[in-house]
Amino acid sequence: MSQIWLVPAFPLLGFILNGFLGKRFGTRFVTFVGPLAIALAFAQSLVLFFQMLEVEGNVLHEHLYTWIVSGNFEAGINFQVDQLSSLYLLVITGVGFLIHVYSVGYMDGESGYYRFFAYLNLFVFFMLLLVLGDSFLLMFVGWEGVGLCSYLLIGYYLEKDSAAEAAKKAFLFNRVGDFGVLSAVLLIFLAFGSIEFATVNAEAATRLDYGGSLVTAITLLLFLGATGKSAQIPLFVWLPDAMEGPTPVSALIHAATMVTAGLYMVARLSHLFVLAPFTMNVIAVVGATTALLAATIAITQTDIKRVLAYSTVSQLGYMFLAMGVGAFGAGVFHVMTHAFFKALLFLGSGSVILAIHHEQDMRKMGALSNKLPITYVTMLLGTLAISGIPFFSGFFSKDEILWKAFSSSYGGPWLWGVGFLTAGMTAFYMFRMIYLTFHGESRVDSHVAKHVRESPFTITIPLMILAVLAVLGGFFGVPHVFHLIPNGIEVFFHDFFAEIPGGHGTVSTEWTLMILSVMFALLAWFVASRLYHSGFKIASALRSKWEWAYQLSLNKWYVDEIYDALIIQPGRLLSTHLLWRLFDQNVIDRSVNTTGIVARMVGNTIRPFQNGLTQNYALIFTLGTFLILWYVM
Amino acid sequence: MIPIEHILLLSALLFTIGVLGVMLRRNVIIMFMSIELMLNAVNLSFATFARGMDSMTGVVFIFFIIVVAAAEAVVGLSIILSIFRTSKTLDIDEFNLLKW
Repeated sequence: MSQIWLVPAFPLLGFILNGFLGKRFGTRFVTFVGPLAIALAFAQSLVLFFQMLEVEGNVLHEHLYTWIVSGNFEAGINFQVDQLSSLYLLVITGVGFLIHVYSVGYMDGESGYYRFFAYLNLFVFFMLLLVLGDSFLLMFVGWEGVGLCSYLLIGYYLEKDSAAEAAKKAFLFNRVGDFGVLSAVLLIFLAFGSIEFATVNAEAATRLDYGGSLVTAITLLLFLGATGKSAQIPLFVWLPDAMEGPTPVSALIHAATMVTAGLYMVARLSHLFVLAPFTMNVIAVVGATTALLAATIAITQTDIKRVLAYSTVSQLGYMFLAMGVGAFGAGVFHVMTHAFFKALLFLGSGSVILAIHHEQDMRKMGALSNKLPITYVTMLLGTLAISGIPFFSGFFSKDEILWKAFSSSYGGPWLWGVGFLTAGMTAFYMFRMIYLTFHGESRVDSHVAKHVRESPFTITIPLMILAVLAVLGGFFGVPHVFHLIPNGIEVFFHDFFAEIPGGHGTVSTEWTLMILSVMFALLAWFVASRLYHSGFKIASALRSKWEWAYQLSLNKWYVDEIYDALIIQPGRLLSTHLLWRLFDQNVIDRSVNTTGIVARMVGNTIRPFQNGLTQNYALIFTLGTFLILWYVM
Repeated sequence: MIPIEHILLLSALLFTIGVLGVMLRRNVIIMFMSIELMLNAVNLSFATFARGMDSMTGVVFIFFIIVVAAAEAVVGLSIILSIFRTSKTLDIDEFNLLKW
């Protein structure tokens, strides 16, 4: 037996223990249980991974419980491990475990330590449900569950208003996406009579017309859900605000795992998506636009976590670009490498933030490389990886995406150009962050500066492990042109994803594009080093020339303001005047009040009869009897 | 042999006295006795009909009424006793707390 259920059971048990007993048994108990639950889940995931490789067809399936039976509809709690979910399992539990260990150091001494670990365990549980479920129903349970945990963890600092606002915002934006997923699932049930992934993928081509309106509607609605969860245009604005949560949360939920759920869904249903070329184009264009837009915003942010947040949005855009041009494997590969280096970068930024006493503003950093040597080196490695410097992990995955964006029959030079531009900007803003944080002269507050020291080993060890993964993770998927080792990702996902027809491009073009993008990244690195090697001085001179562009970027293209004007304010007006003043006050309140008034009037009229005089009652009783007798006779 | 009409007339008279007693007298004990009077007026008419129709059913009813009246007397007198202890009066008009 494969015992898949053990994987989510461990984090669930961790949640129950931490949530219900953590307060009573104290910090040491929580420190022991929280990470251990994830470690056990990781161990079981590894076992499943190798079992899955040996099984014929590479699928492990486990039926736990029949949940709903209604007519010809049947939904069970069934777990399924195949190539895609086993890869996600390893990333979720592996990176998740490192982040749990990191949290032990990072959250040390926080009130509500047990609450944090309980939520974190619960999050991992739901995330595992999401990727293990063999049908939409179980995936949707996980989908909602991770949204809930995201909400709880963004709002972890209960006393901060901004955290509560950010949590609400994340939740509401996700609900818009959830509406899309739910409608799509209903349509899928209508079309297939089943909501199991295996059935949908296998029968998609026979039951639905290629490019038909039904399949386009289904996939567009699913993609709407994906934009909510994975922070794409138009629903991306919640992710930067989600940085109000503690840094390990940003690393785990808002970089490595939950935000890739949308990509997971698209990859899982690749056979459905390829039937809708229109949707594929929408995905590619939205992904590329998001990547570019987020990168332009990241360039001017001064909050270190916000730079990383916009970088995450941008990288997720990259992954959607890959999905949109039919390069599902490349997209999932980038999910994996991104999980490594972005978790590393977030955890590194957390280490910096902790060292300078919870300061996130890069204007108050600088010259920290000597004081935080391990953090510095690991973050530098992460930056090299995300910037696509050759032979670091990001290079392979990003280059694969760029190549597919150019050569696929759904792609083209335009999509490649946007991706290429974004890649350069990514290198620029990441090295800007490195220079502003670790180089130049110190702008740290002088009281704080004296106490800066490297973080404890619970923080640095996860950083080092992730750094190794960020450096070497790319060798799972070395492109063919190198002719060194086979492309591990392609071998691994052999025949798993839907293939799209055609594609063009030669080896020499691939080499040219690769060299171009590397050159561009190196150039961006160079520019960043010239501009920011000694703080903001040079950059601010440049800024005054391009004030309007600077303001546009700093204010995030005013997207929040536009949403406020277009949706929130009209909604508020509608609610105030129509729903509240007109309907609520005039219809509902008035009908309730009228009921009360009538009852009171009747009461006032009959009340004098109950005057407490027994003989009065006797008199009325007798008269009543006479009346009845008179009537009867 | 006394004619049935006469006995029924006596019964109605007793019943009316009882009703008027309950409605007009202020003393709780007197009211209570009036209630007993009404019960026994009914008993009397039951007995009359039982004899006139030569049936035992009416007599059985009388036994039931006597038993219920005894139980009622126990409860009623206890209530009267306890309200007298708290208010030192037996005037029914003084016991008017239970009202709107």
